[in-house]
Amino acid sequence: MAEIAEGGGGGHAKNGKKRAKKQSTRIDMTPMVDLAFLLLTFFIMTSTFSKAKVMSLVYPAKPEEGKNDPPQEIFNAVTFIVTEDKLFYYEGQYYPEATGDKPKTQLIETDFGPNGVRKLLADGNKSVIEGKAKLDEELAKGQIADTTYKQRLIKLKKSNDALKVLIKTDEKATCRNFIDLIDELKIANIGVIAPVDIMQSELDLLKAKTK
Amino acid sequence: MPKIKMPKSAPSIDMTPMVDLAFLLVTFFMLTANFRSTEPVQVDTPSSISETIIPKNVIMVTVDKGGHVFFNITGAESRQDLLEQMGAKYKIAFTKEQKENFLKMTSFGCSMRDMPAYLDMSAEDRQQLVEKEGYVGIPADTTRNELKDWISLGNSVAMQFGKISYEEALTTDKNAIADDFKPKFILKVDSKAVYVYAKNVIDIFRDLNLNNLNFVTNLEANPNATQ
Repeated sequence: MAEIAEGGGGGHAKNGKKRAKKQSTRIDMTPMVDLAFLLLTFFIMTSTFSKAKVMSLVYPAKPEEGKNDPPQEIFNAVTFIVTEDKLFYYEGQYYPEATGDKPKTQLIETDFGPNGVRKLLADGNKSVIEGKAKLDEELAKGQIADTTYKQRLIKLKKSNDALKVLIKTDEKATCRNFIDLIDELKIANIGVIAPVDIMQSELDLLKAKTK
Repeated sequence: MPKIKMPKSAPSIDMTPMVDLAFLLVTFFMLTANFRSTEPVQVDTPSSISETIIPKNVIMVTVDKGGHVFFNITGAESRQDLLEQMGAKYKIAFTKEQKENFLKMTSFGCSMRDMPAYLDMSAEDRQQLVEKEGYVGIPADTTRNELKDWISLGNSVAMQFGKISYEEALTTDKNAIADDFKPKFILKVDSKAVYVYAKNVIDIFRDLNLNNLNFVTNLEANPNATQ
């Protein structure tokens, strides 16, 4: 035991009679404690607490060569452009020049703060978020089955009212910004996320904006 | 003044509760530990709210912040088969020890030409190799796209063994889902890496018509979560 050694250690009684030495029943535990903590340290150092988490992202299939599908008109779309330290977006289709009643596309700057992209997405995707809340409630009450919940959620996310997001990156964008943006989209329950290549005219616009 | 009487017995502490606690913790860590595997490069992954745990049968491509590419595939049989197929394709023969080393390591990043030498190295040497100048990782450019071969051959090998393990699982569990046993594609990118590096790898996956990718992320709290 952890105690300070005492000198002597009785045995001889005063009357000179020899008695059997009183053996201590205590065991010195210090080496065991040493070992236990050594093992503890080893396991703490070498173990990883949680398994890695993954976030899935489905990329659009590459178009077959020689087959040029006409670009589909997308309703309710937002395009984000990620750069090294900034985030821009524009709504709807891209117009390099003013055409008809549509003005030339302007890039709007936003950020990853709670009032930036998160608010923007929550407003834009309101119908889906509200619809999902309703579905969640029905699921919690047991009115709909798990499979129908999933089906209806997918349908909801792909409806015309749902916000669709295209992501473009310039050559200096970091993976952190890219993943952070995807993360924000997942938080806002965006169903259609498409990372696509940036166009030269957009790059020019970006250059003019960041100057 | 009264004298304070000190107890005569030696000052002693009962260590038993401490020992109990220590061993309890040791037991806990022994049972929960999944050992940190030695990766040739440290990658600081970005964070997201996703709670999906990394699947079992995976093909993982790591991109570090310098843009070097590393490849990893799970399953001892898949690894063995894949190395043999790649060796046959690039006409490189491996010794028995080299094959065994290949099974032991996790991610690797070197060209097929340097593979035998890379396999002879110790794990520490491989880690140091990454910091050397002129280090390229797995060639993934258009002129020599070895990564594409690793992915496409790895996919077919992992698909084959996934099918076998699915059939095995069916004998005990009638509800096994075939998709759970198919290889999943994992991208582990450093948060400081430029996206163009990752995009290069993603485009290789997309060229092979593998569009469903997963990014390794750290878990962060979901702001919408209702507790």
